[in-house]
Amino acid sequence: MARAADGKPISTVERPWLDFNELPFRTTRPPIALVVLLLLTLLAAGIFIVRLATGWGLVTNLNDNYGWGLWKGFNTLVGIALGASGFTTAFAVYVLGGEKYRPFARMAVLVGILGYMSSVFSLLIDLGHPERIVFPIIYWNAESPLFEVAWCVMLYMTVMIFEFTPAVFERFGLKRAETVVHQMVIPLVIGGTVLSTLHQSSLGSLFLNVPDQLDKLWYTPLLPLFFFMSAVYVGPAMVIVVATMASKALSRKLESDLLATLAKALPVLLGIYLFARVAELAGARELGLLFEGTRSSAIYWLEMSIGVIIPMVLLAFKAVRDNTSLRFVASLMVVLGLMLNRVDVSIVSWARPHDAASYIPHPLEFGFTIGLWAGLALVFYVAAKYLPLFPPAHGAASE
Amino acid sequence: MTHSMLFDAHLCTGCRGCQVACKQWNDLEANTTKNTGSYQNPPRLSANTWLTMRFKEIEEGDKVKFVFGRYSCMHCEEPACATACPLQALHKTKDGPVLYRADRCFGCRYCMLACPFEVPTFEWSQNEVQGPWIRKCTFCYDRLQNGREPACAQTCVSGALKYGEREELLAYAKERIAKYPDIYQQHVYGEEEAGGTSVLYISHVPFEHLGLPTKLGNKAVSARAQDAMFATPIAAVGLAAGLTGFYWVVKRRREMAQKSGSKDQRG
Repeated sequence: MARAADGKPISTVERPWLDFNELPFRTTRPPIALVVLLLLTLLAAGIFIVRLATGWGLVTNLNDNYGWGLWKGFNTLVGIALGASGFTTAFAVYVLGGEKYRPFARMAVLVGILGYMSSVFSLLIDLGHPERIVFPIIYWNAESPLFEVAWCVMLYMTVMIFEFTPAVFERFGLKRAETVVHQMVIPLVIGGTVLSTLHQSSLGSLFLNVPDQLDKLWYTPLLPLFFFMSAVYVGPAMVIVVATMASKALSRKLESDLLATLAKALPVLLGIYLFARVAELAGARELGLLFEGTRSSAIYWLEMSIGVIIPMVLLAFKAVRDNTSLRFVASLMVVLGLMLNRVDVSIVSWARPHDAASYIPHPLEFGFTIGLWAGLALVFYVAAKYLPLFPPAHGAASE
Repeated sequence: MTHSMLFDAHLCTGCRGCQVACKQWNDLEANTTKNTGSYQNPPRLSANTWLTMRFKEIEEGDKVKFVFGRYSCMHCEEPACATACPLQALHKTKDGPVLYRADRCFGCRYCMLACPFEVPTFEWSQNEVQGPWIRKCTFCYDRLQNGREPACAQTCVSGALKYGEREELLAYAKERIAKYPDIYQQHVYGEEEAGGTSVLYISHVPFEHLGLPTKLGNKAVSARAQDAMFATPIAAVGLAAGLTGFYWVVKRRREMAQKSGSKDQRG
């Protein structure tokens, strides 16, 4: 049995190890889930070192036909898209006047930071010269979508860190600093929204350069718009998913009513997106491609049904929105659908010559991805445990 | 003077002398390859192969035509790789060649995706210390600067590959296809394609048989992305102004609602 410092045995019931005031792992053994997360993180770190020491051959299946694979297509694109919950929630709370969602604002910003961290770490392992990651500050090519993405991501990371500092200041009682950031919050949120709008759409512009190499089902001049729209609708879905999971992991009471209200936005946002994508295909006279029974059309149907159509229909029902599990599952589908969409655009839809080498991610590419996300989950857990991540709805002068 | 080359598929014998000359001059190591059931070897460009010949058999009635297509950097007039590169590591020189500056590159490989001809390649097996770089044809820029023609063009025995000034080569190509209309496709590939290229092609078979993409259109492939990027600063300022205005309206309305004693807060 675990013992406290004074030697008295302590029961987990009286002093649960989730207690804010306890130091980590002092009173009980760490739960098995945390150990697994930690091991996965170490695996990712190991793969990182192997990649730096030996190049790409041992740990990836990337080749000259597929210069970008899972690390860019999945981690970087999906990380930034899921991180969009930070800007959408902050915008809703501080600019749109959705004060009641304030309990989720900090959590959403943290999800944003972690999502962008996923991108940054994936870039570090994926870039030929990770030590040069800040080169866009020195060498400019304003015509390149990637240049704009790099700048916006750097600036927006800074904005998000500022947005998040009140949680840290509050934890350590730094009232003065908290007040200063509080005064800056509106410009920060507006600046963050501008930056996010730009780079979320520019991630779509990345693929405007390759009109002939992408499958027609996914290539459209409207890709920047679609990337932006999907980043917007995945925001609320991500808040629902993360808040629900966090409440389970931290045995915290869930603001279920609030999430149910938030979920109302999803059918509307998904509906607009669905309409835009179908209208675009119709406008390009390519609707027929959907019914050709090819591999692409099957994947397209999968993406749209899992990520858009089914959750849109489900969440249109009040019974689903009010049920914590169903709401969680439907929102999770939205998140999974977005992941599939980014992979489709960046990997699946690439048309390569028949004699060309194909690309199926190497097991260790998946390994790094899983380990990286495990590490981020771990960071989220620690932050949720030791920082006031969920301030009360109409709380005191925090923020 | 814009350096340029003209490849005449009808005159090419498929000897692959250019492929070997390229390796020799640029000191590129040999690759271990597998038999893919074709004379084409290696099957595509790589960090050690900057020029390779594409081999294709075409059936025409009961005859078989064996055709050869040159596959290397096209040195586009408006290169998609250079537009894509966030650091201007790849850039178009005034005299034609598209060159690479390793001291700027951070290895993102966006150029490899952006290039419609799938030319830039990467040193996948180099570690951090050796430095993995993008590799591709340099138009033998070192030779050009000393008044020599590229190694591939110099070595060509049948006259299929000609080096010269772009306008002159274009005029020569047009004269030749006009002179032999029964033999040649009446088109010079690369004059307009993707905004024009420094390597031009004439051929006795449709150009797709040489492995060239034929649906590129005549605008630079990067034009759309360029337009989008041009709109960025305008969008940024407009958006910031719009959102700020929006915020003031929302705030004002909330204040008014509070003043009038109503507890009905928006949100």
